[in-house]
Formats: sequence, C-alpha cells, structure tokens
Amino acid sequence: MLDGVSKLFGRFAALHDLSAILVSGQLYGLLGENGAGKTTLLRIIAGLSRPSRGSVRVLGSPDVRGVTARIGYMAHSNLLYDELTARENLEYFSGLYGSRPKAGSEELLSLVGLGNVDRNRRVSQYSQGMKQRLALARAMISSPDLLLLDEPFSNVDAKSIAAMAALLGQLRDRGATVIVITHQVEALAAVADEWITLHAGTIVKRESGSRRSSASQQAATPRGVEL
Amino acid sequence: MSLVRTVALHLRKDLRLEWRSKDAANSMLFFALLVVVVFAFAFDPLAEESRLIAGGIGWVALLFATIVALNQSWARELQNGVLDALRLAPAPPNGLFLGKTIANFLFVVVVEALITPVFVVFYNLRVIGSPAQLVLVAILGTWALVVNGTFFSAMSIRTRNRELMLPLILFPISLPALLGMVLATTNILTGERQPTDWIKLLVVYDVVFTMVSLLLFESVLTAE
Repeated sequence: MLDGVSKLFGRFAALHDLSAILVSGQLYGLLGENGAGKTTLLRIIAGLSRPSRGSVRVLGSPDVRGVTARIGYMAHSNLLYDELTARENLEYFSGLYGSRPKAGSEELLSLVGLGNVDRNRRVSQYSQGMKQRLALARAMISSPDLLLLDEPFSNVDAKSIAAMAALLGQLRDRGATVIVITHQVEALAAVADEWITLHAGTIVKRESGSRRSSASQQAATPRGVEL
Repeated sequence: MSLVRTVALHLRKDLRLEWRSKDAANSMLFFALLVVVVFAFAFDPLAEESRLIAGGIGWVALLFATIVALNQSWARELQNGVLDALRLAPAPPNGLFLGKTIANFLFVVVVEALITPVFVVFYNLRVIGSPAQLVLVAILGTWALVVNGTFFSAMSIRTRNRELMLPLILFPISLPALLGMVLATTNILTGERQPTDWIKLLVVYDVVFTMVSLLLFESVLTAE
C-alpha cells in the first residue's frame, strides 16, 4: 500500500502524493513516459529509497527493510559481477539469503533459457539479452513473494521475451506479486492483470489487463493490504 | 545467517574477482614501487640515514598505494549496480564490511611482502631491533589503514569526486595510526628505543576504529 507517497530530489518531485493499493498474487504492468517516476516508485517499494513524504506498506509490513529477503529486484543495471560466471553469481547471491528457501542455480538458468551456456563463460562475455535473462534469474534466487522488475525485456529477443513473460505469469499463478516496468506493452499483454500508468509522479490511469480469468480473480482476493 | 559464513562468502568473492582482474594488486604494486624507487633516487641516503627515514617513506608509499586499491574495491560493487543487490540481501551488513576489509588487508599484505625486498635493497637496510616486532607493526599498521580505508571508501562511493574524497577523509583520521607506524618502525630499525608504546597505540587504534566501523557500517550501506 502506498499512502500519499512523495519523493523529492532537491526541488524536483519524482513522485507526488501517490496513493495506491496493490493486491497480492497479481501481475502489474507499470507504464509511463521517461521521467514519470516508475523507477523511483519501484525503488521505494523495494526499500532501496525512502519516500520524502507518505508511507509504504510492503508484504504487510511498514518496515520495508524487514521484508527485503522476500523481495526480488531487477534494475536497469543487471546487478551482476562481470568477472564471475553465471553460476558463480547465482551461488554467491543465493548464499546471502541464508536459510530462506531458494531455487537452485541450475534450475534458474534453465528457467531463463541459459542452461546450456558454457559453464566457464563469464558474464562479461554474455550478450545484453543474456545478461537480462540472467538478471531475472538472480532476482528470482530467493523465491520472492514480491518481484519488482525494471524493464526486464530491454535488448531481449522476441522469443525470449515471450518465454520470460510466460515465466512471470507462472510466478504470479504460484502466488507471487509481480510488478513490471515496461515500454513493451505487447510483451506482457497475455499475462498482465492490471496496467498502471504514471505521469509526472502520480498515477493517472489504472485498467484491467486482457488476462482476467475467473481463477486469477479469485486468487486476487485482498489479504489486507499485502503489496 | 551467521556472520562468519557471510564474511567467508564475501571474502571468497572478492579474492576471486581480484585474482581474475588483478586491478587492485597491479595498481598498488606499481604505485608503491614507484614511490620507493623515486624516493631512493631523490635522497640517495646512507645506511644510517636510511634507518631514520625508511619507516616514513615505506608507510607513506603504502598509504598512497592502499588508497588506490580501496577506491577500486568498492567501485566493483557500483559497476552494474551490484550494491543494490547487496543492500536488499538479508545477510548481515557487517559481513560485507569484514569480508571486504579482510580481502583488502590480504591484498596490501601481499604487496608489502613483494615490496619489502626492493625496499631493503634500495635503502640498504638492516634491522637492528626485533624483526618479529617489525612484522607485528606491519600487521597492526596495515589493519589500521585498511579498516578505516574500507569504511570511508564505502562512505564516499556515492559522492561525485570519490577518488578525491577518500584521501581527504582518510588522511586526517589515519594520522595517529600513521604516527604510531612510522615511529614504531623507526625505533625497530634503529634499535635506539623500544617501540612498545607505539605498538600499544596501534592496538588501541585498531580496536576502536574496527568497533566504530562495525557499528556504523549498516547506516552507511543503507544510506541513499
């Protein structure tokens, strides 16, 4: 739940009095032109940035820092070490999540279509699209309840985009809440439950996605304010 | 999640990255070598004079070389925004700090081990005091530089002129330790006085600044 959230950078308001309730187990597409405040909003939900005004409640907790272990985050940058291999990256980040149930690195690499890549190949030798897919695998390492993705389809080929979108749909069907910033509406069209459009730091439109099966409607029953 | 396991995880990662890139080791080694050689040619000291000034030159060379390495050690975490992933992970933040500090300590110790023979040759040095005490001063002094340097470089990574900021913050804070290192080393090289008081100062300095860094690091890591 976002309640009157504003974020100021100096005198510039990246977010302005933004309020919203997002329901658990849904897949949200976050739209808006450059500078609309999408990334800032995602960083606030992730606990990487604090709102200048207003409050945020994530996964039922007002203390976002306390629930970051349950959040998967994929940023503009890939959040990976170039000099390590894909498996070394995943195993390192997996280790930081301690006893939390985690997906295995082999399983994750297969899920994002990188299972057959040379084991010794370093991330620096990956193409941009492969890095994006690996970044998604890293974000899923802790089997998160909330997955925040900032333009995950950038530089990814059409076939892989379709596979990534289907994967996000599966995660949502398993109960995870997924929020995706994208400029490629068609990529998520088949799986998005709701589209949220931001303009100048505030929400200007919310509309249902094309996928509105009765099963997902039931799964979307609000559990308090879960986001 | 246990602190020891987290420290080991970060340490292993940092050592692996350094082994593959050799960024910190190369720049530190060449920088330290350069300072040692340039000073040797500039002063051309006799054996007696060498013993009096070698402590100062050696530690100043290492201080500058350490700064180069410290700037690079956190730059790795900024590349590709990895620091955000570390901030989100539930592992104890102090594990990251200690892992990185120990990694930096090992890098500097390796450079010290490689530089020392060159230093001895160029400055015609012969230790009159206890070599064991010299090793102890080297360990304590290196930890003093590295623990503060790792902390303050973490503080300065998000500033615009971080390469300039680090020495500006680190040098004044390191002055007491630097004084202890230089005078203890000079005392041991010349054998004229016992370096015990300076070694005690270094122990206290190391304990105090390690504790303070551990107490404050989480705030530094989570700051915007």
